[in-house]
Amino acid sequence: MADSARTTAEALGLVPAVGFALLVALLLGLVFAATDSVVLASGRLSAAVEPVRITVRSLMEQRRTTLAPDALLWRLGAATVFVLALLSVAVIPITGASLVSTSADLVWFNAAEALLWAAAWLVGWGPNAVHSLVGGYRFLAQGLGYELPLMFTLITTGIAGGSLRATDIVAAQADLWFVVTMPLAFVAFLASGAAFAFWGPFAAPVGTDIAGGLRSELSGPDRLLLDGGRAVFLGATAAMATALFLGGGAGPVLPDTAWYVLKTAVLMVVLVVAGRRLPVLRPDRFVEVGWMVLVPATLLQALVVALLTLAGVYR
Amino acid sequence: MTVTAAVVALALGAGAVVLGVLVFVVDSMARATFSLLGSFLSVAGIMLILDLPYLALVTALMMTMEMAVMAVFMIMFMMNPAGLMPMSMVHNKYGSAAAGFAVFAVLTTGIWLVDWPVAPSGARSDTTAQLGLALMGEYMLVMILVGVVLFTTILAGTILATGRGRYDRFGPDLGRRRPDDPVRGGLGR
Repeated sequence: MADSARTTAEALGLVPAVGFALLVALLLGLVFAATDSVVLASGRLSAAVEPVRITVRSLMEQRRTTLAPDALLWRLGAATVFVLALLSVAVIPITGASLVSTSADLVWFNAAEALLWAAAWLVGWGPNAVHSLVGGYRFLAQGLGYELPLMFTLITTGIAGGSLRATDIVAAQADLWFVVTMPLAFVAFLASGAAFAFWGPFAAPVGTDIAGGLRSELSGPDRLLLDGGRAVFLGATAAMATALFLGGGAGPVLPDTAWYVLKTAVLMVVLVVAGRRLPVLRPDRFVEVGWMVLVPATLLQALVVALLTLAGVYR
Repeated sequence: MTVTAAVVALALGAGAVVLGVLVFVVDSMARATFSLLGSFLSVAGIMLILDLPYLALVTALMMTMEMAVMAVFMIMFMMNPAGLMPMSMVHNKYGSAAAGFAVFAVLTTGIWLVDWPVAPSGARSDTTAQLGLALMGEYMLVMILVGVVLFTTILAGTILATGRGRYDRFGPDLGRRRPDDPVRGGLGR
C-alpha cells in the first residue's frame, strides 16, 4: 500500500504540482482570512475583500525599521513563517493525492508547525523592541501548553490508520470517520491549529495589551508574510483536519475533491465562528490547562483508540 | 541515489559544517543559536535525501524546539545576549579547538573505516516501519531505559532549578487546599 500511494508530483510533473500546491495554499489562506474578516464584520459579506485589499496595500507599503534591529534574523523569521505554512500544505491530500507523500506525513505536518517556534521567536527578537520580544516569549510559553496535546492528537489518527501517511489515514476511514471515535482529538487538533497560528483565543502573542506584540514592528511585505502565513496555517489546519478526522473526500454523488473542499470550508467557518467568540487566554494560565487537562485527555483518547484498534474497529 | 540528490546532500553537508563553525564566529547569542539550528536542519535534509523521512522530520522537530528553548535560557544567562558587546563563544580557545579537530578526525576516519552493511537490492523499503519495529522490538528495553533516564533528568533538573517547592506552595505541613502561587494557573487554583 505504501508504495502505491501516488503524489500529485508523479501525476502532473514536479513543477505543475508545486504550482498547484502553492495555489491551494494561497487559496486556503485567502478563504480563511476572508471568512475571518466577514465574521469580524458581524456577517457583512463585502468585508470578504478586505484581505485582498490589505495584501495589495502591504505589497506597496514601504518598510519601516527600528533602531539597531537584527535585520537578518527578523526578515528570516517573517519569511520562514510563510514558507512553513506553505510546506505544511504539501502533505494535505486535497485531490486524493498530495504534493509530497512520505511514510511520515504526520511528522512532516508537526515539524512544519514546530519550526514555527523558531520563526515566531525570531520575529519577536529581530526588531530590538520590547513589545515584539514579549510577544515572542508568549508564543514559546503558549507552545509549551499545546505542543504535547497536538502530538498525541496526530499520533492518535496514526494509530487508528496504522500508518503515518496522510493518504493511508484517509483510506482507513472508508467505513467510519475518525471524528466518531476521537471527538476529543478532533477538537484538540483544531484548538492547537488556532494556537500555533496564534489566532482567536490564542492570540496573546499578538495581543492588544502589548501593542500587537509580534506584529507591532512589522510593516509592508514582512507583515504580509507573517499574517499570510498564519492564515495559510489556519486554512491548512482545517484541510488537514478534514483528512484526519472527516474521511477526506468521502461522500456521495459529488466528486471526491468537491467533498474535500466542502468539508474544509465548513470546518473553516466553524473554526472562525467558534474562535472569534472566545476570549483571549493568557499563556501562563493556558499552560496549566494544557498540562492538567489537555495532556491527560488526549493521552486517554490515544489509549481508547489503541484499544479500539486492537479490537479491530478500524478495519 | 541520483546525481542531483548526491549534489544536494553534499551541499547540505557543507552547509551543516559552515553553520556549525558560524556558531563560534558570530557574536550574538541569538545568531549562534540559530546557526546551530541551521546546522541541525541541514543534517535533517541529508536524512530526508537518504530516504529516512521519519528520522529527518523528528530531528528537525526536536532540534527546533530545543534551540528555541535554548535561546531563551542562553539569552537569560549569557553576558552578551544581543551582540551589543564584543564576546566570544569560545572558552579555552586552543584547547577546545584541538579537542574539536581531534573528535572530527576520529569520527571522519571512523566513517570511512566502518564496514557498512549494503542495503538489499530491489523494492525500496519503508524505513519508518522498520524503525518502528526496531524500537518496539529488539531495542524496546533500551528505549524504555533511556526514556526513564531522560525523564528522571528532567525532573531532577526542574527540582534543582526551581526556587519554590511544595512546602512553599502548600505550607509547612502541606495542609493548604490551594497552593500559594505568585501567578495562579488556569484552573482557578
